Amino acid sequence: MADVLKRIPVREQDAKERATNFEEVCYGYNKEEAMEEAARCLNCKNAKCIEGCPVSINIPGFISQVKEGNIEEAYKVIGESSALPAICGRVCPQESQCECKCIRGIKGDPVSIGKLERFVADYALENDIKPVKAEKTNGHKVAVIGSGPSGLTCAGDLAKLGYEVTVFEALHELGGVLVYGIPEFRLPKHKVVKKEIEKVKELGVKFETNVVIGKSTTIDQLMEEEDFEAVFIGSGAGLPMFMGIPGETANGVFSANEYLTRSNLMKAFDDSYDTPIVAGKKVAVVGGGNVAMDAARTALRLGAEVHIVYRRSEAELPARVEEVHHAKEEGVIFDLLTNPKEILVDDNGWVKGMKVIKMELGEPDASGRRRPVEVPGSEYEIELDTVIMSLGTSPNPLIASTTKGLETNRRKCIVAEEENGQTSKAAVFAGGDAVTGAATVILAMGAGKAGAKGIHELLSK
Amino acid sequence: MYKILKAEKLADKIYLMDVEAPRVAKHCEPGQFVIVKMDEKGERIPLTICDYDREAGTITIVFQEIGASTMKMSKMIAGDYFRDFIGPLGRPSDFVEEDLETLKNKKMLFVAGGVGAAPVYPQVKWLKEHGVEVDVIVGSKTKDMLILEKKMNEVAGNYYPCTDDGTYGHAGMVTTKIEKLVEEGNKYDVCIAIGPMIMMKFTCLLTKKLEIPTIVSMNPIMVDGTGMCGACRVIVGGEVKFACVDGPEFDGHLVDFDNAMKRQQMYRTEEGRAILKVQEGDTHHGGCGNCGGDN
Ligand SMILES: Cc1cc2nc3c(=O)[nH]c(=O)nc-3n(C[C@H](O)[C@H](O)[C@H](O)COP(=O)(O)OP(=O)(O)OC[C@H]3O[C@@H](n4cnc5c(N)ncnc54)[C@H](O)[C@@H]3O)c2cc1C
Ligand SMILES: Cc1cc2nc3c(=O)[nH]c(=O)nc-3n(C[C@H](O)[C@H](O)[C@H](O)COP(=O)(O)OP(=O)(O)OC[C@H]3O[C@@H](n4cnc5c(N)ncnc54)[C@H](O)[C@@H]3O)c2cc1C
Ligand code: SF4
Ligand code: SF4
Ligand code: FES
Repeated sequence: MADVLKRIPVREQDAKERATNFEEVCYGYNKEEAMEEAARCLNCKNAKCIEGCPVSINIPGFISQVKEGNIEEAYKVIGESSALPAICGRVCPQESQCECKCIRGIKGDPVSIGKLERFVADYALENDIKPVKAEKTNGHKVAVIGSGPSGLTCAGDLAKLGYEVTVFEALHELGGVLVYGIPEFRLPKHKVVKKEIEKVKELGVKFETNVVIGKSTTIDQLMEEEDFEAVFIGSGAGLPMFMGIPGETANGVFSANEYLTRSNLMKAFDDSYDTPIVAGKKVAVVGGGNVAMDAARTALRLGAEVHIVYRRSEAELPARVEEVHHAKEEGVIFDLLTNPKEILVDDNGWVKGMKVIKMELGEPDASGRRRPVEVPGSEYEIELDTVIMSLGTSPNPLIASTTKGLETNRRKCIVAEEENGQTSKAAVFAGGDAVTGAATVILAMGAGKAGAKGIHELLSK
Repeated sequence: MYKILKAEKLADKIYLMDVEAPRVAKHCEPGQFVIVKMDEKGERIPLTICDYDREAGTITIVFQEIGASTMKMSKMIAGDYFRDFIGPLGRPSDFVEEDLETLKNKKMLFVAGGVGAAPVYPQVKWLKEHGVEVDVIVGSKTKDMLILEKKMNEVAGNYYPCTDDGTYGHAGMVTTKIEKLVEEGNKYDVCIAIGPMIMMKFTCLLTKKLEIPTIVSMNPIMVDGTGMCGACRVIVGGEVKFACVDGPEFDGHLVDFDNAMKRQQMYRTEEGRAILKVQEGDTHHGGCGNCGGDN
């Protein structure tokens, strides 16, 4: 019998091996492993883990089904609360959500809730278990803008209730950040994302790609000319920020969004696709979040020596622990307490290096983290040919600026009620990163659910 | 899928297509562009809207074969489909929003270089339809490369073709024609120059001297075209702008062309350079009718 304090380890691709390919890092549990891990769950009456999950999945409920080997039943339990479990099981920051509340975690390892969720969802994808469709439509037309997790969830929930939903997506592929941002080696596009989207299609949701709301048409026109009775905005926070330091428009300086979009959405790493990418020999990624880790690990796989340049210390890295750990294992070098001052450019307009300065941690700032301050006189230069800026993103103003009466806040985020997604404009709802600023997949999903509820309340009156 | 209704060759390496895209045709204005993607594995290629028919739901594009993707595109024929056709993108030209009476009192000069005649055409046509007559200079390397001549002549007030080699119209580059018109006593309140970067740069240097406010249409490398990637960064008046959402049209006297031209070379590989060399010999750019020099 295994030590109940320890979780069943999950098999992963060897670090050296995976640093050179785009295959998924984590293999996930098989059925035996999953059942064994499920047996560690105490099936708590007052399950704290549920409080940690933004969409309140009945965690002991699904895990006890896994324990018995009833995977299909487990999938149904998850399906009551989550539309995209194969995705959340992979990319949720479980360690700071469901798993950090798990009773098992007091003395030993918490139950691997995320990995179990992923196993159940993958099983459902492989065995083609279908979600339950509405018996007939109710004749109400709803438009959803954006096909990221918030839009997909909202659309799926409404379709289950019988609404006629059309999702409008600006890009040529569906999935939002799930396809253009998060890399293949963390979230397989064909095996997972596409299939989860297929499930939403099976519920009867229609999708129209290549429609940029605010340009190809507007929200007001959708409602006035195309008879949509309500609109949900799930347009994300896709606008990249730059530092505003000298040299930032040099060749070889990219936003993480551009770098990841070229690699993920346009598949530039695959020679049979036409879009080029500058792989780089020595790359600095500026920033310390999930996006920075993804960009760094992508550059590594394209063959570069990669440095993460982050102005605070390791403890403050906003990225998930698992991602930092994986990045280190693969050989990404961390230059912590270091901040760029200037990008150095050669005569042809290409990056040749970066001037950086050492930092130290001072008094805590508004976020409660200790504020980094420059160490005077500690500037030095590093040689580089590529810089990837990963400083965060903000919502694209395109929709707000073309929709009459839609209120936004100082940070350009759309203002919406948390419990039902209602915005300042009648019959227009919003949720996800467009409202909160860059956050997480599961929070976006939660907001999509809330929006669906709000729309249903409005239209079923 | 977006059907190609018409595909024709206008000149050497320059092609015109009418594409069925009702949403784009319904909402587009002069100055805007589309992004096309040929197939699953294709690049996203930005192209200016050259004409539109709101009723038929069609968009006209004109493109020059310069690299791998446009070469593939030139092989497409009527009846084929683009996998993706996105737009309209970018901001419409400023004059679309301006008061018509003020516009009618303005003397406008359009300057097009090479395939730049395509994006200039819908603007001149729009103005003509709104009762504004404008002067148009179109430059090209040689007579055979001059495109859209008949259409342009129909909508322009005065139409001035120029060829570098003197085979047709004014002999010389577009900048020499501008100088000549001004010397002859023409006064212009605004100049709109669209074509290869190098031509826009030299046009702006001249119009700055002549004190004619000038608008240019920037064509940096793009990916999404919606403000999401920052690939299209250009420096305007010392500030970084995203051409796909803040432009593509900017005050030409404020644009940092040297930076823009360097950025455009980013993916110019050794191989790509080889293709260009084979195709264009030592004339090396698309026949803008201006510089005659290296970019
Ligand atoms: C590289 C990267 C890694 C990440 N890693 C993680 C992780 O490990 N775990 C985690 O939980 N979260 C992660 N996140 C964050 C997470 O992906 C987002 O919080 C989440 O995707 C937000 O969902 P959304 O539906 O609000 O928006 P998005 O996923 O951004 O989707 C918005 C969609 O709307 C479309 N759109 C925008 N404007 C328009 C318009 N005008 N008209 C039509 N369509 C439009 C966009 O093209 C896009 O497809 C990561 C983000 C990035 C960028
Ligand atoms: C807003 C906008 C509007 C445009 N309108 C038109 C148009 O109406 N007609 C037209 O023919 N072209 C237009 N272009 C340029 C067109 O997008 C490029 O010619 C095309 O993407 C080149 O693709 P390719 O694969 O054939 O060449 P590539 O193999 O990508 O490139 C070949 C060479 O062209 C250079 N190049 C790459 N991208 C561009 C670019 N965007 N502009 C200029 N040079 C580039 C490369 O550095 C390389 O040296 C426009 C570009 C923008 C941004
Ligand atoms: S959705 Fe995320 S937070 Fe909720 S149980 Fe699954 S992994 Fe945990
Ligand atoms: S808190 Fe942990 S042990 Fe208790 S039900 Fe949740 S997962 Fe199981
Ligand atoms: S092309 Fe991506 S932001 Fe302009």
